[in-house]
Amino acid sequence: MNNQGRPTAPDAANTNTLAPKTHSGNQALNQAVQLIFEVGDLATTGIDLPQPKGTKSRLGDQARKGPIGLPGLSEPETMRHYVRLSQKNYAIDLGVYPLGSCTMKHNPRLNEKVARMPGFADVHPLQPIATVQGALELMSELSHWLMTLCNMPAVALTPKAGAHGELCGMMAIRARLDADGQTQRRRVLVPESAHGTNPATAVQCGFTVDEIPASGDGRVNLDALKARIDSNPDDVAGIMLTNPNTCGLFERDIIEIADAIHAAGGYFYCDGANFNALVGRVRPGDLGVDAMHINLHKTFSTPHGGGGPGSGPTVLSDALKDYAPVPYVVQTKEGYDLVENADDKSFGRMCAFHGQMGMYSRALTYMMSHGSDGLRQATEDAVLNANYVQASLSDVMTPAFGGVCMHEALFDDRFLKDTGVDTLDFAKAMIDEGYHPMTMYFPLVVHGAMLIEPTESESKQELDRFIGSMRHLAEKAKAGNVEMFKQAPVYAPMRRLDETQAARKPVLRWVEPEEVGVAAE
Amino acid sequence: MRYLPLTDADRAAMLDVIGVPSIDDLFQDVPKSARLSDLVDLPKHQSEQAVERHMGKLSAKSVSAGSVPFFCGAGAYRHHIPATVDHLIQRSEFLTAYTPYQPEVSQGTLMSLFEFQSQVALLTGMDVANASMYDGSTACAEAVVMAHRVARGKKPKAVLAPGLHPHYAAATQTLASTLNIKIDERETRPGRDYNVVEHIDDDTACVVVQSPNVFGEIIDLRPIAEKAHAHKALLIAVFTEPVALAAITPPGEQGADIVVGEGQGLGVGLNFGGPHVGLFACTQKLVRQMPGRVCGETIDANGERGFVLTLSTREQHIRREKATSNICTNSGLCALAFTIHMTLLGEAGITRLAALNHEAACDLADRLEGIDGVELVNETFFNEFTLRLSKPANDVVDALAAKGILGGVPLTRIQPDGDESLLLVCATETNDVEDFAAFAAALKEVLS
Repeated sequence: MNNQGRPTAPDAANTNTLAPKTHSGNQALNQAVQLIFEVGDLATTGIDLPQPKGTKSRLGDQARKGPIGLPGLSEPETMRHYVRLSQKNYAIDLGVYPLGSCTMKHNPRLNEKVARMPGFADVHPLQPIATVQGALELMSELSHWLMTLCNMPAVALTPKAGAHGELCGMMAIRARLDADGQTQRRRVLVPESAHGTNPATAVQCGFTVDEIPASGDGRVNLDALKARIDSNPDDVAGIMLTNPNTCGLFERDIIEIADAIHAAGGYFYCDGANFNALVGRVRPGDLGVDAMHINLHKTFSTPHGGGGPGSGPTVLSDALKDYAPVPYVVQTKEGYDLVENADDKSFGRMCAFHGQMGMYSRALTYMMSHGSDGLRQATEDAVLNANYVQASLSDVMTPAFGGVCMHEALFDDRFLKDTGVDTLDFAKAMIDEGYHPMTMYFPLVVHGAMLIEPTESESKQELDRFIGSMRHLAEKAKAGNVEMFKQAPVYAPMRRLDETQAARKPVLRWVEPEEVGVAAE
Repeated sequence: MRYLPLTDADRAAMLDVIGVPSIDDLFQDVPKSARLSDLVDLPKHQSEQAVERHMGKLSAKSVSAGSVPFFCGAGAYRHHIPATVDHLIQRSEFLTAYTPYQPEVSQGTLMSLFEFQSQVALLTGMDVANASMYDGSTACAEAVVMAHRVARGKKPKAVLAPGLHPHYAAATQTLASTLNIKIDERETRPGRDYNVVEHIDDDTACVVVQSPNVFGEIIDLRPIAEKAHAHKALLIAVFTEPVALAAITPPGEQGADIVVGEGQGLGVGLNFGGPHVGLFACTQKLVRQMPGRVCGETIDANGERGFVLTLSTREQHIRREKATSNICTNSGLCALAFTIHMTLLGEAGITRLAALNHEAACDLADRLEGIDGVELVNETFFNEFTLRLSKPANDVVDALAAKGILGGVPLTRIQPDGDESLLLVCATETNDVEDFAAFAAALKEVLS
């Protein structure tokens, strides 16, 4: 068990499924795959390159002497290896992927086509400014869309992911505080339901974290928050608050929260991971937000790619905009220009070059395709779908809080009480039903949390099938079918994996069989 | 709207099930003053064709690298990427999957990450590597923070060698600025021996050295490692061009404790600077201090080999404010592109590719060195080198661009107070002799 109470080792008995083992190890479309290190060799290559002429080396005394040890495969072998691997992945294009807080919406393929246009994809970040006007114009247009949707006066595009955007916002807050001589303000209030990135970011910016407990309705308790501020208003740097929060609920008192923080002399960082519940209906600038990152890979459909690349542009209020990182695009009489060097106020540079152009082009394509009307409709459909799932399951599962939700529905594990089935088992059984599990054991404020975010991309028919499966599983669990849950998944490419063993004796890379045991810690 | 499957009839039926009369009721928790009744002031939805046309026009307003003789490097490199790479990373199962939290249905991502980590470890000569970072510069910054952590905050100093890419130094400075890490950095200038060792003392947590450095010089890391280790400091070796590591002695064989770099040169295009893919490797001893996602081998309930994300007790979603880093997302799809390109190349291919790059740069250097007003600064180089010009490099580059040649990066572009006569020039396997001839002729004209 880890510290979230989540089992990490398979407790299912090692039983064979109904299907006997095949000679090849394949199971029809589910092909056995070996690592490239087991099938490739040092002599094989899948790329034809000309023979070097043998020019005299100018590497000095640093020329490589030994082999690297990298196996190669021919092109058809490479293709087959990775196609086979791909078939062991679940994907949005395959089915419902209701990972709460992750916003697994459809990724339009026009975005991919646009991102590969040569004026965006095949442009060097340090070409003369006159030769990259189209790329800068795209960044400027994207900024306009983001600022308009947020009603905020500035946006820093460079952050490379959501957590990087958090860093951007908190760095800007710190820079402003320091500029005002408020260097004693180092306490950041973070609700306990926050994403783990929030406290981690605050600490990375040199702040201390003051955790605020949630109230019974899953929201920040305004009075408790005010008491926490009042305990020492002079050291308050700000608050990091997700809205809608990680329970999928809109923080009703958000304007009062913002006022209280501002009155104390602090700033309001909003975690924009759930901005997809607000686009076109609510503008963060109208809520008193000073900084908010936007996950282009959630809200604006750039693909998650199995874990990135992301992109986390961060909108900034008037109070913070002068402290934004470099670079940023400006418009001049001659066209677009890039400000690449920090002035006295800017907190500096967050990364090499100008951020995630490949994500900017995809996100802008998505936004222009939807338009103001489509973006609002997408938001409404996302919220509608989540509420439909919540309403359709509330009699067999246990919603964590009453009332309507925003873009995601949170359940706890009360409905599994005394069944012998836990949230993890339930999630694994969903895999056998053909669905990716919801987010589980998060947020931490709810026991055995199950956070379901269907997104606007699901049709009613698809949702009805999903709801049918969830109801079926809930009823099975209550009927005492524990073994089915403990065994699950049985139809996935693999049975449950032993995470405890992986962490105890980490094997993080390929080693030749005779070396096994040497590299393990 | 083509991306939204719900019909108005669906919406009405669903509201019925929820038991509210209208969609507005689902937004009832939003304070009245913040509810938008009208559409925001932005254009309405457009067809695929219309959006594509608009984007096509924007794209055409930039000069793409492939359309002209092209010689820019300085942290981003243009190599030929086999069609197979882009095809495979666009497979739905890779492209539209999330971080592999459910390993039973994520073995595709996980197994390719295991291959990626293995390839990076081999290429850098290190024990282990993580599942990638945002890019090389943020990997560098995270490495410095990691070294600070390894020293338990007792060693405030991080020594940056003058050949470190200025953007990497700046990104590191930004992340370090709030953590009481004292950055010891000096003027960026060409050279091989910066007397870095003289700045290493008992207060030093780490020394950061790039090789090949931003000027293209290849640095002998061994004496620096020796001095660092004598003072219980870590050597962080940095690279910006992964292909170079196939040609030079890997940092892992020279005593590096952490190796970070940019992997974009393999599998990932220029993309105007992002997304790229950060590589992060270290010694086995330091593995539990490493930031970012890590994939590890294990077995399933049937005893079959499988892969999972592991060592997550370092990470923000478990450790929260005590995490090794706030990183959540990495650069997964770019890591996959790197791995597929590397698999296609193999030892034989990457070695040959490196040789071709070195030869291209040698040929170009020979041609340009003969021009009046051009001096080659480098003693050594791999595929990029630095020229000292008789005119400001920035003006020269603009004049070359006007002649249809993207002739490198002036140092002052990345280091505003740097020597304005210095030009960073890169040649790869994508350049041919006509490119070289055109560049040489144009440079001669511009300098005359």
